[in-house]
Amino acid sequence: MAVAPPITDLEQLKEHPAIIRLRGWNVAAVVGAKFDREEMSIFIERSSIREACAVLRDDPRCPFNFLSDVTCVDWYPSEPRFEVVYHLLSISQKERVRLKVRLGNDSPALESVTSVWPSANYFEREVFDLFGIRFTGHPYLRRIQMPETWEGHPLRKDYPVEGYR
Amino acid sequence: MAHLTTTPVLEPAQDRTMILNMGPQHPSTHGVLRLMLEIDGETVVRIMPDIGYLHTGIEKTCEAKFYQQVVPLTDRIDYLCPMTNNLCYALAVEKLLGLEIPPKAQWLRVLLNELTRINSHLVWLGTHAMDIGALTVFLYCFREREDILRLFEAVSGQRMMTSYFRIGGVALEPPLDFFDRVRVFANRFPAKVDEYENLLTGNPIWVMRTKGVARITAEDAIALGASGPTLRGSGVDIDLRRDMPYSGYENFKFKVPVAQEGDVFARYICRVQELRESIAIVQQALDGMPQGPIKANAPKVVLPDREKMKTQMEALIYHFKIITEGFAVPAGEVYQAVESPRGEMGYYVVSDGTAKPYRVHMRSACLANLQLLPKMCEGRLIADVVAAIGSIDIVLGEIDR
Repeated sequence: MAVAPPITDLEQLKEHPAIIRLRGWNVAAVVGAKFDREEMSIFIERSSIREACAVLRDDPRCPFNFLSDVTCVDWYPSEPRFEVVYHLLSISQKERVRLKVRLGNDSPALESVTSVWPSANYFEREVFDLFGIRFTGHPYLRRIQMPETWEGHPLRKDYPVEGYR
Repeated sequence: MAHLTTTPVLEPAQDRTMILNMGPQHPSTHGVLRLMLEIDGETVVRIMPDIGYLHTGIEKTCEAKFYQQVVPLTDRIDYLCPMTNNLCYALAVEKLLGLEIPPKAQWLRVLLNELTRINSHLVWLGTHAMDIGALTVFLYCFREREDILRLFEAVSGQRMMTSYFRIGGVALEPPLDFFDRVRVFANRFPAKVDEYENLLTGNPIWVMRTKGVARITAEDAIALGASGPTLRGSGVDIDLRRDMPYSGYENFKFKVPVAQEGDVFARYICRVQELRESIAIVQQALDGMPQGPIKANAPKVVLPDREKMKTQMEALIYHFKIITEGFAVPAGEVYQAVESPRGEMGYYVVSDGTAKPYRVHMRSACLANLQLLPKMCEGRLIADVVAAIGSIDIVLGEIDR
């Protein structure tokens, strides 16, 4: 039951195709990386997420052309509170990578990736609905699972499991 | 009652168009899918799906349960392929724990997973054909589905919500005659697939209703997040079982059916061929079923056998601890994807080192596939919308969670 400790040193991980590609484009966009349980996570600077996704999608060597998933983790009460998580898949190279953006509690917002992958539409709407994170540039940012008139964002950690009574 | 007007309203863009509401209670939306269609005569101008009628907050519920208590919740996401969801969740937590699963458990999981795929595809084929007007196929498909449900009942005690896969293996040894019964079914089934194909594949009405209908290109399908047979019907050759194997799929030989046209007929052909491939995998699993334990050797995670629990003090203590306190999972995060009958089913499990998952997120293949619907149907007839919904094989329980 031994799990190898995660590697978080960016220098040791710079051989990964996604990191090579991203650092070749903009060194400042990559704020960190973690290799844990054979899965690669890259922390992206908040303002460059859309461009970073486009850069990875158009990589000629290892195109991460499929957006599997967009979701979010709420680390309340620590700050930065939210982690928006993108799971990318390269259909040709059978490679996965996870991108993460950290967001503070103060009116969390970041750029939408719907212009890179139209599939992000529903995923981002779900994150908006359940976590209250705004995606700027999203074509139709409205609640998707909860009723339009619902108050609060149920998957936040300060939202009680039984709901407000 | 203003707070009850919950859904957005689609306004007609031109004078000549009107809005037609389809669902959520409609026999051919496969559950509680609501579509707002803007139509110009019989032609669909715009489609807006409206979902959320079956939202139960499973992801939130998971955060309040022990890891082992989440397994029964995963069945209820996609009630047509419970074993696939069990498997995906179990694999994710096992990866977090670093657990080794014994070969027999892996092969049993593969065997049951493929039976689940057949089960799910049979429901799809029956209802899809019924939507288009071929009523007979429905009864034929449910006849074979009944056999599979009886097998599930034999192995897990449940017909639908099986919860048979547990973290660290499977719940129980299968009953003595189980493999013989599966073999009888597996020998009988290919002829049944021929039967379905005789009813549909060459049927001129079926072909006219499906060929060239709801076409989608490979580029659009990838951009809109399609996966599974919906993506393979457009000529993209990817199957996670073969390309990123899990649970011992690398030991099995099977073909991945791919069709190029990207229409309803192509997706139909892919799924029907998958029925044949799945039964071939079942045959291989039966032939090569290894001997040995069905649970991992991890007493702090896996519940002891009932017999041991009654006779050994240590086993009793472990049992008590797991039931009352759960087991701590090392901090970390895992995204585990499996090829469900509908596409890429993914579980993203985050642990903070306690006995309850910090976050469980399900990547639903149906949610992504549903986004293809407007692209497929706009500019076509209303009747084609029904064919298109059937061909992407949605389950609303999984879309809404």
